[in-house]
Amino acid sequence: MTSERRAFAYAPAPESRALVDIKPSYGLFVGGEFVDPADGTSFKTISPSSEEVLAEVAEAGPADVDRAVRAARRAFTGPWGRMRAAERAKYVFRLARLIQERARELAVLETLDNGKPIRESRDVDVPTAAAHFFYHAGWADKLAYAGLGPDPKPIGVAGQVIPWNFPLLMLSWKIAPALAAGNTVVLKPAETTPLTALLFAELCQQADLPPGVVNIVTGAGATGQALVEHPDVDKVAFTGSTDVGKAIARAIAGTDKRVTLELGGKAANIVFDDAPIDQAVEGIVNGIFFNQGHVCCAGSRLLVQESVYDEVLDSLRRRLGTLRLGDPMDKNTDIGAINSLAQLQRIRELTDAGEADGAERWSPPCELPEQGFWFPPTVFTGVGQSSRIAQEEIFGPVLSVLTFRTPDEAVAKANNTPYGLSAGVWTEKGSRILWMASKLRAGVVWANTFNRFDPTSPFGGYKESGFGREGGRQGMAAYLRSTDA
Amino acid sequence: MTTAALPDVARDDATLRAFLHGLPGVDKVGAEARAATLATRSIKTTSKRWAIDMAISMIDLTTLEGADTAGKVRNLCAKARRPDPADASTPQVAAVCVYGDMVQTAVAALTGTGIQVAAVATAFPSGRASLAVKLADTKDAVAAGADEIDMVIDRGAFLSGRYLQVYDEIVAVKQACGPAHLKVILETGELATYDNVRRAAWLAMLAGGDFIKTSTGKINPAATAPVLLVMLEAVRDFRSTTGRVIGVKPAGGIRTSKDAIKQLVLVNETVGDEWLTPRLFRIGASTLLNDLLQQRQKLTTGHYSGPDYVTLD
Repeated sequence: MTSERRAFAYAPAPESRALVDIKPSYGLFVGGEFVDPADGTSFKTISPSSEEVLAEVAEAGPADVDRAVRAARRAFTGPWGRMRAAERAKYVFRLARLIQERARELAVLETLDNGKPIRESRDVDVPTAAAHFFYHAGWADKLAYAGLGPDPKPIGVAGQVIPWNFPLLMLSWKIAPALAAGNTVVLKPAETTPLTALLFAELCQQADLPPGVVNIVTGAGATGQALVEHPDVDKVAFTGSTDVGKAIARAIAGTDKRVTLELGGKAANIVFDDAPIDQAVEGIVNGIFFNQGHVCCAGSRLLVQESVYDEVLDSLRRRLGTLRLGDPMDKNTDIGAINSLAQLQRIRELTDAGEADGAERWSPPCELPEQGFWFPPTVFTGVGQSSRIAQEEIFGPVLSVLTFRTPDEAVAKANNTPYGLSAGVWTEKGSRILWMASKLRAGVVWANTFNRFDPTSPFGGYKESGFGREGGRQGMAAYLRSTDA
Repeated sequence: MTTAALPDVARDDATLRAFLHGLPGVDKVGAEARAATLATRSIKTTSKRWAIDMAISMIDLTTLEGADTAGKVRNLCAKARRPDPADASTPQVAAVCVYGDMVQTAVAALTGTGIQVAAVATAFPSGRASLAVKLADTKDAVAAGADEIDMVIDRGAFLSGRYLQVYDEIVAVKQACGPAHLKVILETGELATYDNVRRAAWLAMLAGGDFIKTSTGKINPAATAPVLLVMLEAVRDFRSTTGRVIGVKPAGGIRTSKDAIKQLVLVNETVGDEWLTPRLFRIGASTLLNDLLQQRQKLTTGHYSGPDYVTLD
């Protein structure tokens, strides 16, 4: 990796930080404008690759959340609720275009605040976020075709809580369908990555979105709790950890709030002996090292058929030797920083547990920067099904390798987890792909690819990975009241 | 796959077919995605300078036109020796690539320079001639002094599944080459699938080719990034199976410095820097050289000169 001297070493190619104007402090975005929090408290957001403080961000208390929910309610009963669907669509299209126009700014800000490589924020996060707004904008005046009766209605005010791994993209997964269906939203971004949501708030102003349709309240867990428990929130949408998801489910039990939860995962990436090996190795790398493994649907368990185990592992190790870890702003970086110290400590704890369980740990030669939060790409072999690293979500660049002999064994091992968000199958045999897809208890099954996202395709989990779908027609259902019944 | 399993895979058609079809498949979407990702590498400043000089030194400077004359070939040879007359630090190219009847002219112009003379042979570009004619074509070029022979495979036979025929022909041409290096042109633009590209690459390597080359330059598409990726994977795997190191030559459609640098990135991240030498990687091109020279001048002077500041041939 970076420590190895190569004839063709790539000179630093940093993206310009000057593309984005970061303010020293940010208020809450409520009723179409930035306001100070009622009790004036704030927190700092840092760049995980350098630990540099980027900005001070307001911390919303219960009074601020209440103010935001009331602004959303006014917009829902007011201009947004009365607006014709085709007009509403124009606003959503406008937001999509603004994301494209300001794509470089958003990508740089995302990389600074999150630590992910600029190549990913530039080529994946921001374009996919725009795609979600474009796709859902088209739904706004076609809701009669959503399969929910002739005239489905919006639910009302949506309280949305999103994670730190894909801040802008998760925002778009939440806000785009909500607005297209005619709801208004109060969104809480994660406390370590609030900045792109706040830039998105500026985009809402630029788009002349009616005040209160989108409100952004920043803060940590308590702010999120105040939001989901607010009595005037009609719909809760959460993406994050299974523990918090369970707490939300308990908190809203007995209320008439609708809820969708997109939680953790421990996906199996299953490689058969007739797989296209080179592409399978790329898929394994993309499955677990994309976004430093901070992906709920990451292919964190590799299941390899025994007959190709050596071939696949040799190729994988060689490929990992070419990964470039370092400055996320460098356009040639493949692996960026871990998002926070807390997450880094969790990854360390689980990988130590993996070693204690007897699994063999391997990383390519790799120099970690001194400042910031870093973890090398890591592969564990000889992992037992009962090991913590085979069972618990690590949410980091750590792959656990297991083997199987028969398709039945692959299915049994893949399904032997409390989660069920995604899975990958690698084989050139089409009938086996279909058979596996019917047996795997996972919301998404990728065939000969991994981590592909498209707004037209519903995404969501089985079991402790949550319920409800985002994307596609099924995703629209989460933000509409059926008029069938 | 073991080394011991390889020597007799060409003992009959069925064994050879079973071997070639037993190679892992290539997933088209995945291969193209990988090539596209590597195309986003940003090569700047010192590494760009290094890559431009490396690319110049890897060029097989080519003229393969019906209208070629001895004068044109002599000019090309002069350009090969001193690509930029105004800057003596510019490296010379690896080879000059011509039709068989121009070999003598090229040899006379390049003797003592270290620049290789490559000749296309075996009824280039179609390969549609009898084996006797192909061998005569090859021997003629070698006798005239060619250091390297660029042959074409019989795509008709390959696509019909007559792999052993293709194999035997390469073996025969290799023998006719004597000391000359053999580059085997797969003409990937006619092979239709990446699976076929991988099989043809293995076939050429098994039969004794020293280099595998993408294209004649007469068919589109030619040296696309995913095709090059698949061929690089093939030489990498062939080396780990047999220990033999085979060179790779993309040719056709590589016109800009950016294209060339992207290919060096593919080499760097697929087979490693061991292949970043003219001994193992060549770029078949004609107009590419001038673009590299202009980029080189730009890095030296800080501004672009323009097409009138590099020589036409």
